[in-house]
Amino acid sequence: MSTDLTAEGGHGAVPTGPEVPTAPSPSVSRRDWPLYEVFVRGKRGLNHVHVGSLHAPDDEMAVHAARDLYTRRNEGVSIWVVRAADITASSPDEKDPMFAPSGDKVYRHPTFYDIPENVPHM
Amino acid sequence: MSAPTLDRPAAASPDETALRQQFEATIAADHRIEPRDWMPEGYRKTLVRQIAQHAHSEIIGMQPEGDWLLAAPSLRRKAVLLAKVQDEAGHGMYLYSAAETLGADRADLTDKLIERRQKYSSIFNYPTLTYADVGVIGWLVDGAAICNQVPLCRSSYGPYARAMIRICKEESFHQRQGYELLMTMMRGTDAQRAMVQDAVDRWWWPSLMMFGPPDEESPNSAQSMAWGIKRHGNDELRQRFVDMSVPQAQALGVTLPDPDLTLDEAGGHWRFGAIDWSELQRVISGQGPCNAERIARRRAARDDNAWVTEAASAYAAKHAS
Amino acid sequence: MHEETVYDALTNAHDDAGHWAFGTGFDDPLAGVDTTVPDGVDPADLGAYCLMLGDDALVLAQRLTQWITAAPELEEEVAIGNTGLDLLGQARLLLARAGSVGVLGRSRSRATESIPDEDALAYFRDADEFRSTGLVEAENGDFGQTMVRLFVASTVRLAVFARLRDSRDPVLAAIAAKGVHELAYHRDHAARWVLRLGDGTPESHRRAQAGVDAVWPHLADLFTATDVESRLAAGGVAVDPADVRAEVRDVLTTVLERATLRVPEWPADAPPRGRTGEHGPERTGLLEGLQGLAREHPAATW
Repeated sequence: MSTDLTAEGGHGAVPTGPEVPTAPSPSVSRRDWPLYEVFVRGKRGLNHVHVGSLHAPDDEMAVHAARDLYTRRNEGVSIWVVRAADITASSPDEKDPMFAPSGDKVYRHPTFYDIPENVPHM
Repeated sequence: MSAPTLDRPAAASPDETALRQQFEATIAADHRIEPRDWMPEGYRKTLVRQIAQHAHSEIIGMQPEGDWLLAAPSLRRKAVLLAKVQDEAGHGMYLYSAAETLGADRADLTDKLIERRQKYSSIFNYPTLTYADVGVIGWLVDGAAICNQVPLCRSSYGPYARAMIRICKEESFHQRQGYELLMTMMRGTDAQRAMVQDAVDRWWWPSLMMFGPPDEESPNSAQSMAWGIKRHGNDELRQRFVDMSVPQAQALGVTLPDPDLTLDEAGGHWRFGAIDWSELQRVISGQGPCNAERIARRRAARDDNAWVTEAASAYAAKHAS
Repeated sequence: MHEETVYDALTNAHDDAGHWAFGTGFDDPLAGVDTTVPDGVDPADLGAYCLMLGDDALVLAQRLTQWITAAPELEEEVAIGNTGLDLLGQARLLLARAGSVGVLGRSRSRATESIPDEDALAYFRDADEFRSTGLVEAENGDFGQTMVRLFVASTVRLAVFARLRDSRDPVLAAIAAKGVHELAYHRDHAARWVLRLGDGTPESHRRAQAGVDAVWPHLADLFTATDVESRLAAGGVAVDPADVRAEVRDVLTTVLERATLRVPEWPADAPPRGRTGEHGPERTGLLEGLQGLAREHPAATW
């Protein structure tokens, strides 16, 4: 009886069976708003950090929506939004050539250097 | 270098064996899978389905409590409830965001919800009959949701885990405001106390059902556990919820509607009676009191306002410089 | 991070309040404000004025709340929620101030002793005791009309609050100082929608214009001072609404023109209606929705 239930997702039991009645689906013509990525500076002195995304018709409305969604508990003092389509990212195919060269440069890290325990402020 | 977008999925590479090994190794090391990593199609599909129905649940979940927004009996309660219902919209959005990193599209997921091709948690198909329901939803339904959600903060999929951390932090006030409302009502009039008990009677069993069927009848669980999408069995989480809730009910002065509820002194767990799954089955098969109404409201929000969405797009196109 | 730790951290009480969410630094706008009524100010006038401003905020919040679960796009759902919460916050401060200076009318005898003044006033006054204007009481209409109304109402209110920051009543001044930031954002947000709908598609233009035409007549009685406002304005406590007429007209005209919308003829000033307790049928329905449950249980506390 209960095998066509599952408990995925935080709010628990949802049906998985296909027998749930399906209403006819009139297609609604609309132009979807583009996806924006949102970056918030939590407080002065910190970097902007990626917090998530949203949909907005344009840049101005994206800033408003970001303010209303991602800073409604005083989480930020500054917001950047950028269209997801405008971001250039490293490709996973190029992962090795992009990031492997820095993997062996251990001399860039402070722990590479042995300093005697009794030397202060180092 | 190509110009892929941030956190959008990449196409699968021909050298799948090495990629699969890399994926398995990442999961085995309890590291996070990130959007542009290669992942098995089953993993992606399972995640999209799970995250989408979680998002749908948040959005549909606004309605049972939202029905009391206009009539909230004090201005403080009205502000609390509005902030809470608003959070649920926000949580839905965080989750749709996570689903979109897997290549899903929010408008498409919304269409699937409205066309009933994707589901949401059945708990929200029960009506909220009195204001005590607002308190009990906070205490029991959100309490159960927290039990389900906290382990998801460690989900193997990075964006989902990050969304869940934010959601769990924000939800912590949801349960407390509900319990506080119930405490206040229990100190109030006889009519208020009766309302609280009645709401507990109606919501207790559906809350237990939120954890899903017993593990041995939960066919999808094993793969989800192996992938680190799911961290605990349904029965374990359900037991954890019962153990938490019983002392809270005692402190509140309400009776949980289960004559079989007894403390197993040896194990330290509360044993509870058999769950009537046929009742849940009835609700989720579309005979729940509010199924049609919940979906109709989402459909109206989409269709009646389509002109607004279109207008903003048209304006943006005109003024793009 | 082990989940039991996360779980404990989430469910157990904690002395660090900031722990509950990411944000911190929530301020009490009235912290350290002197609440005594300034010399020469009639507390009854001050209370009546607080009711006017408070009722407008309460009623508009109630109207906006009707959009929750029905708004276009989830982003707007959240934006409307924020605006509603801001206005609700303003209403609570203003009604509490009215109560603290003794203006409770019939409400206090109806509400049980443990009900705070703000709730006695919100839930236990009758329609004729409310002092909100027809502008905020009118039905929402479609999203276009709702945004036009929000734009007009927040333009008027912002102009008033900006001046109230200098009120001789320190409480009003503090409430206004907090409110102007909120209202500036509401006005900005609504104005952006007016631009987008007015200059969007032919359908949105038609709807936005219909919204303007529906909202416009409510401007008539906004700029005529009641006796209470005149007396308080003379004493440096309140704002004479006639003083903000030109500024409001300017802002509305600028935005509507940019939105390619026709600016209707400015209505002739009319005697105040809502401010003196006159109201249409919308107010009765609105208050039934607001007050029904609280009045069913007059002895209850929530």
